[in-house]
Parts: sequence; structure tokens; C-alpha cells
Amino acid sequence: MKILVPVKRVIDYNVKVRVKSDGSGVDLANVKMSMNPFDEVAIEEAVRLKEAGIASEVVAVSAGVAACQETLRTAMALGADRSILIVTDEELQPLAVAKLLKAVCDKEAPQMVIPGKQAIDDDANQTGQMLAALLGWPQATFASKVVVNADKTGAAVTREIDGGLETIEISLPAVVTTDLRLNEPRYATLPNIMKAKKKPLETTTPEALGVDVKPRLKTLKVAEPAKRAGGVKVADVAALVDKLKNEAKVI
Amino acid sequence: MSEYVAPLRDMQFVLKELAGIDQVAQLPGYEDASVDLIDAVLDEAAKFAGGVLSPLNIPGDREGAKWSANDGKPGVTMPAGFKEAYKLFAESGWTGLQSDPEWGGQGLPKVVGAAVTEMWKSANHAFSLCPLLTGGAAEALSLCGSETLQQTYLEKMAAGVWTGTMNLTEPQAGSDLSAIRSRAEPQADGSYKIFGQKIFITYGDHDMAENIVHLVLARTPTAPEGVKGISMFVVPKFLVNADGSLGERNDAWCVSIEHKLGIHASPTAVMAFGDNGGAIGHLVGEENRGLEYMFIMMNAARFGVGLEGVAACERAYQRARDYARDRVQCVETGVRGGPKVPIIRHPDVRRMLMTMRAYAEATRALAYVVGAAHDVATRHPDVALRRRNQAFVDLMIPVVKGWSTETGIQVASIGVQVHGGMGFIEETGAAQYLRDARISAIYEGTTGIQANDLIGRKMAREGGATLKALIEEMRALDADLAQAAGEHFAAIHRRFGEGLEALATAGQWIVDTYGPDVRAASAGAVPFLMLVGIVTGGWQMARAALIAQAKIKAGETDPFYQDKIITARFFADNILVQAQGLADSITDGAASVMALAEDRF
Repeated sequence: MKILVPVKRVIDYNVKVRVKSDGSGVDLANVKMSMNPFDEVAIEEAVRLKEAGIASEVVAVSAGVAACQETLRTAMALGADRSILIVTDEELQPLAVAKLLKAVCDKEAPQMVIPGKQAIDDDANQTGQMLAALLGWPQATFASKVVVNADKTGAAVTREIDGGLETIEISLPAVVTTDLRLNEPRYATLPNIMKAKKKPLETTTPEALGVDVKPRLKTLKVAEPAKRAGGVKVADVAALVDKLKNEAKVI
Repeated sequence: MSEYVAPLRDMQFVLKELAGIDQVAQLPGYEDASVDLIDAVLDEAAKFAGGVLSPLNIPGDREGAKWSANDGKPGVTMPAGFKEAYKLFAESGWTGLQSDPEWGGQGLPKVVGAAVTEMWKSANHAFSLCPLLTGGAAEALSLCGSETLQQTYLEKMAAGVWTGTMNLTEPQAGSDLSAIRSRAEPQADGSYKIFGQKIFITYGDHDMAENIVHLVLARTPTAPEGVKGISMFVVPKFLVNADGSLGERNDAWCVSIEHKLGIHASPTAVMAFGDNGGAIGHLVGEENRGLEYMFIMMNAARFGVGLEGVAACERAYQRARDYARDRVQCVETGVRGGPKVPIIRHPDVRRMLMTMRAYAEATRALAYVVGAAHDVATRHPDVALRRRNQAFVDLMIPVVKGWSTETGIQVASIGVQVHGGMGFIEETGAAQYLRDARISAIYEGTTGIQANDLIGRKMAREGGATLKALIEEMRALDADLAQAAGEHFAAIHRRFGEGLEALATAGQWIVDTYGPDVRAASAGAVPFLMLVGIVTGGWQMARAALIAQAKIKAGETDPFYQDKIITARFFADNILVQAQGLADSITDGAASVMALAEDRF
């Protein structure tokens, strides 16, 4: 059973994000970039399935600028067997990425695709769902536990939902998106970092995959959240109710 | 409380631009050490240091390593979490970073090891000593041990499954190893029985590994007096069977541990060998050559301890900076009735933070440059180039050791000062860095020992030739500085030039005085070591500034480069200016050092 894990290169979670002065986007110049933390969980899950003898191969896929190679090397240092980089300088939106991944799935025929449930930069939470729809496969999103059946034709996935946990049965092949509590990703070992350098990394392009990645959405403006104004003390409940009614107009 | 964040940007800059990692990567055997691989290694080491080792630093200090009599089987229990962290550390392969691939190591260059070691030491000084000692002991065995000893021990040590120690010191034999009394009695089977007591044995016992490999200095019955009669033995905690499995418990016991000013989580053992019939040991190399073997690896150990100085500067700086940003006290200097501001706005706090930062960057740059020179000295095909680099490394090791660690103490102390009263209480964590940093200027040879090594063995013996060559190299850079535009470079050029002249004058005085009046030369040895550190540190800061300016001219927009130029200028105007004062204290200070009669003290 082959598992495909899409990984995204995003601004490092420790970095204080700054908006460009012209409001056109987030300033990425000279900023540390890392693997999307949800994707680390996805790689870890795939590698554990391989270590348990359930999966036979783990393939990491990324799309974006050439520097995404580093992210794929990290994925391979964590245990992915090989990787595919779809190189483009175009701004990639969820639908474009889903189409790219569909094209890769058509070629690779994995039994399971494990994307992170969302990326910490745009927080879109769409790619996994769109990919499942394009492939016509079942989807199990926000997974906190994945148990593959003995005959590998299906899996029981526990999902984190508003009311608690929900367990669903899906048939394979399927798309399973990860939540943070699915597992705790390991530290890459030094020998594996060295070995990752020699693992195969295949490069392709959207054109070669026959996918038009032109953005469908236009970003009008990116702005920092408004600074919180200082609060005021109210004299009594009546004053509070009055403010809520007449000033904030929420009741 | 903030955890340690590895200064990856500066580390990468120093490795690439100052230490020449791309040239190191061309050396035979280091072909794998490409820039992108090293970036990946540093990234992961940074994660481990910040995520696993740093969170254990304060709890480890509070709990400390514990010794117990344990019904006649005395031993040490490590603070909570250390055993698990060490297991993960070893399983992640970090112990084998520089080890020979023959023994399962990764064989990466020393300069890469330097950056990674700095991280371990910044994150958790006490923890870092265990792998440091293991690496030193393994190196001694790989250079001097028999094939059998190497087969028995090196793979396990590279994997970190067994750890290593260095047993040199005895109560009467500290800095003076000629006074060693431990005995080794030859046995019929070729082994030896070791008897004696050793003190100050770092990680002499602990519960993190299956076995502990002690390297012990002792005398055989026929040994001559003094340093020429010392042999080195390997004495494992558990004897090793022919098939590599662990056998009986050896007669080597930790009978107590010391109560110390700092590094509380690092067990400093009193070791008793042979109290119950004799500890079984095997000779390393030949009899009576133990001290010589010890000195082969002494340079490596001293370099490693020098990195503790860099690490202390960095860690203390990070915490002080974070505190200064948060702590609001007083209105802005020169403003009446304005709002209260974070103390980072106050000029004196800024001066302290800049001092800390400048020292961290300068000690790091110097240490990595020496590390890279070591790689060239060991691996380069050109003999002349190897020799030149080895001479530079030999000259600079006592400086990296002595200057960086003394500076680390000073910077950790400034870190406490930035915190004010909050720094003097333990809760903020600033005090621990000062307590932990204090040992680095003592063990592996005190600063005084380093300074005497510098002026004697490394200078006087060769008429100061290597120092003179280094001064010439630095003068060439000073000529480049003279060409650079702007007030920052005018200041750097002026102060660096003055520093160079001070160093040249004091260096010549040391060389001239050492023969006729060695006591006068020795009286100025430590100030001279500090002088070499400040000027060569200033040299690296000046190099960094010139490179940064070239990058800016080439269109680089990373603010890192402008910061570098400003920090280099700060170093020049606030630290390099001490050079002349130090030179004066060397040439003129000796007259009064020994003048007071001993009974007037």
C-alpha cells in the first residue's frame, strides 16, 4: 500500500508575521520557512503505518518554488521514501493544488493520501476536501486516529468534531486529513538527515501534469488585525447593558 | 519562561562567510558536508536543543544529580527527564556526528560539530558534558588504542550506548599531573589491576547508559617519576565479554559526588578504583606515554570547552534581551512626564545588550574559524597548508578556551545585571547561566594554564613566528578596512589598527622577555591571552562587517547585514579600545605583580 503525503513550505510557526507595507501580502523576504506543522503530523502517520508493516512506500509531494526541496528533504529525513516537487513560481490556491495532487495520484495510484487539514499560512482547510472530490474518493477529515483494516480495503478514522469525537469507516483509496492530536512527530535522526540527501527527488511542472494553476481568487488587501483598544470600567450592570445596547449594538 | 532558540542566521553566516564551509566541504572525506545538508543538520539540532534539552535546564539545576550508597553498590541517579532525553539524543545519532563512519559515525567536519555543540551547551550546559567527554575518550581510543580496544568500544561510544570519562585528577594532582599516584599492576593475562582514587570525574557515574568507559591515568610498578611515568588505561564500569556483551561489574565505583556552584545536573564523581581487589583495566598504547596521549585530545577538549563560553554569551543574551523588552520601568531618558517604557529603551541597558551580543558574535566567529582551520589542518592534501593551519590552531586553542570562557562569565554576569534584582533570584534563570559558566574557565586547564601554554609552548618556543604571521594577515584586512566607506568603517579601521599595534608590541615584549625573565612574562600571560582574544575577535567582526557591506552593495535586503556592521562597530569602539590598556598592563604591570613580599599578603 502506497501513501502519498502532500507537504507545504510555510512561514515558520515561531516567526512573527509581518504584512508588506503595500498591503499586497505577507513579507516572506529573509524569513525562516519550515514544513507546515499539520503536514509533519501527516508524514509521521504515514511513516508509522509503514513501520507497522501496513504501508509499503511513503511518497512526499510539494508544489511551489524550488526551495520547497528543503521541505521535501525534511520529509524524507523523517522517513518518506522519495518525493516529487512540482515547481512553479505562480501563487498556488487550494483548487490548483488539489488539481496538481489529483494529477500526481492518477500517476502514482496511492491507496491513501494524507494531507494536513490546513496550512498555517492561509488556514484555508480546503485542499484535502477538494482533492477527494476531484478523485471521487471518500474523505475523512480532522483525523485524530487512523486504523487500517487487516485486508487494507478500508480504515476506521476517528475525527475531531465540534461535539467531541466521531469514528467513521471509509473504503480505500481515500483522503485522510490530519489534526494535531493524531500523533507527535518525531525528531529526524542525524543518519536519516544524511540519507535523505540521497533519496530520489523527482521534479515536474504544472504544465507537464496538464494543470492550469492560474489563481481563481484575487487578493484585494492584506492587513494586520486592528490593535485592541483599551477597555473601560463600567459603574454597574445597568451601565453595561446600556453600552451593549446603544454603543456596541449587540443586544 | 523563554526556551533557547538557536541563532541559526548568525551560525550560517559565520560558517559560510567567515569559516569557509564550502572549502571544508571540498576536503577529502567531507564531500557530504554541502551547505544545504549542513543547513538541514543545524535546523534539526536547533529543534532538539530548543525542544528537548532547553526545557530540562532549569529543572536539572534545581533537582541536581543524586548519589546514593545503595547497599554497597553506590551510584548516581540523574535528574528527572535526563535519562529519556539522553536516550533520544543517542538514538537520534547526535553522539556520532564527528565520529568515524567506520564506527557508525557520520564523520562530519569539526566546524559543523562546533555549531551543533554550541547549541547543546547553550540549551543545557550540564547535559552537554556527557557527550563531550564521550567524544574525547573515543578520540583517545581511536588515536592511541589497539585494534582490539577499538573494536570493543568505539562503535558503542559513537552510538552513545556507552559513555566515556577522563580520569586524570587526584586530590594531590590537579593542574600538576606529575603528582599522580594511582597504580596499575600488570597481570599474567596482559591486563592490569588499577588501584587509586580519582576526583572531579565528570559523568563518572550516571544511569543514562548501559556502560561507562573510564580512561584512567596511573603508574606501573616500573614507571619513572613525574610526567614521564604515567600510562593510560581503559577501565569499563562493566567488563566487556569477548562477544561484546556486558559481563561482571568492575571494581570501579563512584563513592560520592561534589556539591558545586553550578552545572548541578552534571555528576562530578569521586571514583574509587580497586578498593575490592583491583579494577581490571587495559593499557592504551604503550606504557609511560599516557600524558602524551592525553594531550593529543586535550586540544579537542579545550576547544569544546571554549564553545561553552560562546554558548554562555548567547544564552545569557537571549534571556536578557527578552526580559529587557518586557520589563517596563521609568520614562524614556531625557523625556519628562512621558509614558513608562520597556528597559530596552534605556541607554545603559542597550549598552549591556550590545556588549553581550557583540561578544557572542565575536567569540562564535573566532571559534568556528579555528574549527575550520582544524579541518583543513587534518584533511587538506597540501602539506604546507596543513602545517600553516595547524600552527594557527595550536596558537588559538588556548585563546578560544581562555578568552571565550572568561568572556562567557562576564556576559552571563551582565545578563544578571540587566535583570536587576530579578536576576539575583533564581526564578528568572539568569543566575544559573552565571553559575554554570563559571566552571568553564577552570576545567580542562584554568585560564592561567591556557595563558602559560600560549606564551610558552605556542609563542616563545618558536620566537612568536605564528603570531607574527597572524598579525601580518590581520594587517592585510586592515588595509581593506581603510578602503571601506562610511563612518562605521572609519571607526572599525581606527580601533582595529590600534588593537593590532598593541598586540604587536605586547607580543614582541612577551617573546623578548620570556627567556631572560619568565616570571615577568608569566605575570602578563592572562592579560596577553585576553588581548589576543579581543584583537582576533575584532578581526573576525571586521571581516564580517566588510562581507556584510559587500552583500548590501550587491542588493541584499536582509537587515541582518546592517546589524552586523553596527555590532562590529560597537565591538571596535567599546571592546577593541581595551587593547591598549591590556598591552600596557602586560609590559608595565609585571613590575608590581611580584614586588610585594610573600609575607606581606
